[in-house]
Amino acid sequence: MPGNYLDFERPIQEVQKKIDELTSIPGYESEINKLKVQIEKLKTKIYSDLTPWQKVLLARHPNRPYTLDYIDLITGEFVELAGDRAFGDDKAIVGGLAKININEEKSLSLVIIGTQKGRETKEKILRNFGMPHPEGYRKALRLMKMAEKFNLPIVTLVDTPGAYPGVGAEERGQAEAIARNLREMAVLKVPIVVIITGEGGSGGALALAVGNRVLMMEYAVYSVISPEGCASILWRDSEKAEQAAAALKITSKDLHQFGIIDEIIPEPLGGAHQDPKLAAQYIKQAIFKSLGELKSMTSDELIEQRIEKFQSFGIFSNQ
Amino acid sequence: MPTNGKPESKMEIPGGLWLRCDSCGEILYRKTLEQNLFICSRCSYHFRISAKKYIEIVLDPNSFEEYDQNLVAGNPLEFPNYADKFGEAQKKTGYQEGFIYGRGMVNKQPIIFGVMDFAFMGGSMGSVVGEKVARSIRKARFEKIPLIIFATSGGARMQEGIFSLMQMAKTSAELALLAQDQIPYIVIVTNPTMAGVMASYASLGDIIISEPKALLGFAGARVIEGTIGEKLPDGFQTAEFLQKHGFIDVVVPRKFLKQTLSNIIEITWSKNRQAEEKLDASAYEVQ
Ligand SMILES: [Zn+2]
Repeated sequence: MPGNYLDFERPIQEVQKKIDELTSIPGYESEINKLKVQIEKLKTKIYSDLTPWQKVLLARHPNRPYTLDYIDLITGEFVELAGDRAFGDDKAIVGGLAKININEEKSLSLVIIGTQKGRETKEKILRNFGMPHPEGYRKALRLMKMAEKFNLPIVTLVDTPGAYPGVGAEERGQAEAIARNLREMAVLKVPIVVIITGEGGSGGALALAVGNRVLMMEYAVYSVISPEGCASILWRDSEKAEQAAAALKITSKDLHQFGIIDEIIPEPLGGAHQDPKLAAQYIKQAIFKSLGELKSMTSDELIEQRIEKFQSFGIFSNQ
Repeated sequence: MPTNGKPESKMEIPGGLWLRCDSCGEILYRKTLEQNLFICSRCSYHFRISAKKYIEIVLDPNSFEEYDQNLVAGNPLEFPNYADKFGEAQKKTGYQEGFIYGRGMVNKQPIIFGVMDFAFMGGSMGSVVGEKVARSIRKARFEKIPLIIFATSGGARMQEGIFSLMQMAKTSAELALLAQDQIPYIVIVTNPTMAGVMASYASLGDIIISEPKALLGFAGARVIEGTIGEKLPDGFQTAEFLQKHGFIDVVVPRKFLKQTLSNIIEITWSKNRQAEEKLDASAYEVQ
């Protein structure tokens, strides 16, 4: 996908421009090949040394694949299900029954749920920029309970700036909806695999992220507060977001070192949007691997493992 | 998900003989105010009070035995200035952390009792607050006695980053187990309880009580105003607002808290009902 270069990708853009120019003129093949070698080197160099803030920008990249893109690329069948059976249908969360093909004969049935961002203005508004309302979390819980009822594993894909801060959301109990998901997910009897695919925005992300396995895409971020929010509270200056992004330790590498996430799912060079098909392939493999590991566990063991995992998080000492 | 932190000191009770009510401006004599449980005699405004004060108000005298008082937070992110802020909070409050719990009695009924203190870094939840809340829940489950938690918090403690966020899941998971064992969990949300605490254990009580006019919610008012581009109406996110929308069971003035809690424990906690259950049908006949 060309276009939409980020600031730190400018050097790549310049070389690409040269290549594009020369391609239209015959007789420059050897020049072009040299430039192609140069651009690959440049990419490897730039992407292997990204700052936390640059990863935030990649996680929020306008071309980044979203939940429905991945569902489309991963599943053979998908029946989307709507509504919380109480108030409405929140388009910022999608979910449904799915089948993933393992090979020509075998497939895996499951429930997939994820937050959904929009790409064009109209869809962005429809998806509320990926920020769910309480009815979205309640829909998700309804589908998870359905998964439990029919003994289907659950996969959640999380990419949200956070739960929506609005009047209706407060009136309908945003806090309660999130809290309830945290409690109920802890004791669901089926395997839960969580993948943070883009932005893991605080409680609004966690409300779909209580899993037996919690995985993160390489350039995804997961944080208690947005870097901008943190900077404006601590330093009264949202311009310091770059600094806050580093201080908060929100990259997949940081969280893996902390033991908060189980695995990092690699991304194509430069980010998932450079090759969504390949990114989806990596996600599919990660789902198979995680569910494979959980397959032999009883429901009691699944609950115990999930609860113990979250009980273990925290750094303190007894003085 | 912390809220936009208001200056922490604004509503705390300063020293001196006379105090001004934050709500109506009335000048109040400290001694009288204290006897009135820090409720304004003119407008019934509930001043913010300390964790220790709630222990005094709710528990039977000398019945409180504190647990895990020496758990101290680490600084896993080596977050700028966290160590200093933390030290200041300890000095200011005299507590090691912002949540205190232990065993106590309410009208001779044993319970596990936990209480947060807003003076400790805005009641923010980091690893220790989350761990102690989780342990209080476990204690209630193992000892098979009801759990009462007083909440007040601006949200998660961002200086502990992702570890703070995970405390929401940790405490809520413990509550799932407590619920399975059918042990009553009563939560009292006081002014203010927001964000990560409201979106975990503070919203999961079998019974949720609030003090009058407490500020309660998920997102901070300033954040919402920033999103919608207009001022929020008066009374938004108050205890009464949440009750109207179905998220609070009962709004109870501070003076009646102990009696209300005592009643709830007596009725919900089956151990107290054993004598009742032994009665045969004839006992229910109206004489
Ligand atoms: Zn007053």
